Amino acid sequence: MTLPRLFKTEAIVLRQRKLGEADRILTLYTPTYGKLDAKAKGVRKTTSRMSGHLQPLTRCMVQLARGRSMEVIAGCQALESFAVIREDLQRLSRALYAAELVDRFVPEHVESHATYHLLLDTLRRLAQALDADSVLRYFEMRLLEHSGFRPELARCLGCERQLQPVTNYFSPGAGGTLCPECAGGTAGPRPLSVNALKVMRLLQRGSYNDMARLQVPPELGQEIERHLRSYIVHVLERDVNAAAFIERLRRDALFETIEV
Amino acid sequence: MNEPLPSAAGPVARLIEEFHKLPGVGPKSAQRLTYYVLRAPAAEAQALAQALLDVKDKIVLCSVCQNVTDVDPCRICADGQRDRTTICVVEEPLDILALERTRSYRGLYHVLHGVISPMEGIGPDELKMKELLDRLRSNEVGEVIVATNPNLEGEATAMYLGKLLRALGLKVTRLARGLPVGADLEYADDITLARALEGRQEFSG
Ligand SMILES: [Zn+2]
Ligand SMILES: [Zn+2]
Repeated sequence: MTLPRLFKTEAIVLRQRKLGEADRILTLYTPTYGKLDAKAKGVRKTTSRMSGHLQPLTRCMVQLARGRSMEVIAGCQALESFAVIREDLQRLSRALYAAELVDRFVPEHVESHATYHLLLDTLRRLAQALDADSVLRYFEMRLLEHSGFRPELARCLGCERQLQPVTNYFSPGAGGTLCPECAGGTAGPRPLSVNALKVMRLLQRGSYNDMARLQVPPELGQEIERHLRSYIVHVLERDVNAAAFIERLRRDALFETIEV
Repeated sequence: MNEPLPSAAGPVARLIEEFHKLPGVGPKSAQRLTYYVLRAPAAEAQALAQALLDVKDKIVLCSVCQNVTDVDPCRICADGQRDRTTICVVEEPLDILALERTRSYRGLYHVLHGVISPMEGIGPDELKMKELLDRLRSNEVGEVIVATNPNLEGEATAMYLGKLLRALGLKVTRLARGLPVGADLEYADDITLARALEGRQEFSG
């Protein structure tokens, strides 16, 4: 997509890195122009009018001008800063995880209204929900689907038969479920409990509200998290950095509860 | 921008390349620096090279505060005049220079050498946080001032440290945040404005 010389767009700031003495390169996610890098000049100076509007996870309106190697931010105005997320490590760690996944899954300069709104809805849900992990699981399942990696959860990918209500297997390499016979003896697939399969099917077919109404016990939640994470790591061929911080907060019992 | 330099001979090209690796130095500046060195007297080039080597040879991290130093413990930690009940936690050694320039802080420091950046895979274990906790075991310290930058990662680090240290019964404070000097109210973002209101102070005049 050729970008206009000067244009205005809504964007969510996915990440930023330092450039030179006082500048930053921001990775912006926009509905119409997809993911793009933009230079924000002088935002590390304390006198910058822009830096507060361009923090990661902020939804903002930006004016972009075509530069030599990348877009340059000519103006910006924060629309939603998600202060509730920033003030709570539980919510923040999950929001950064969602932003990292979007950054890794979506290509540059490809229009994607659906995934943009998925991320925006996820940030809004994280700002409100008591169960931040369920918000993430729903997000992961939708993102996989938007990116063309919808996991198979109805049939066995080996023999094509409908799955029986017994402990089946989830295979990241195969991209979904295997029955006990087909999974037998191979190393990759992990046991998938009957309840985990049910919840994963609901995540895939239901609405967010269906999921929010469900009370998922912690152990079941962690089983589902492991399956989806292993599939995501397989698809991306790398770890998701922000996942380590979520784990860390779980280990430090101090940080266990979400603050309301 | 990155086209090869056909006229530059081996050692010249190498120096340009080395300068270019430095943060904030673009290809044009790298060339200017290189030709400056070429024209400078040999003694000046010698002094530069020696300074570069010394910094790697003679500079260590202070075993107490983790600041860069040529003596261990560093001059601030060794200074008997400083208030040993207060520790100011900063991200980088350069932050200490900025705070020392104000001449209004008389306590000790601790350098984390970074901030929690979950997306970059930097967590508490990648920072000098354990060293800070070890220091706090001695009962001398009463207050910890968290002076990380007022951006997302700096705030996350401050929150993490705050919870950890308050659980140890320490007083934890944060540098006041508000409107930067020289800023216009109308251009301030919501978070900055809200904090400026929270941190308002009585004044006489
Ligand atoms: Zn089968
Ligand atoms: Zn020291």
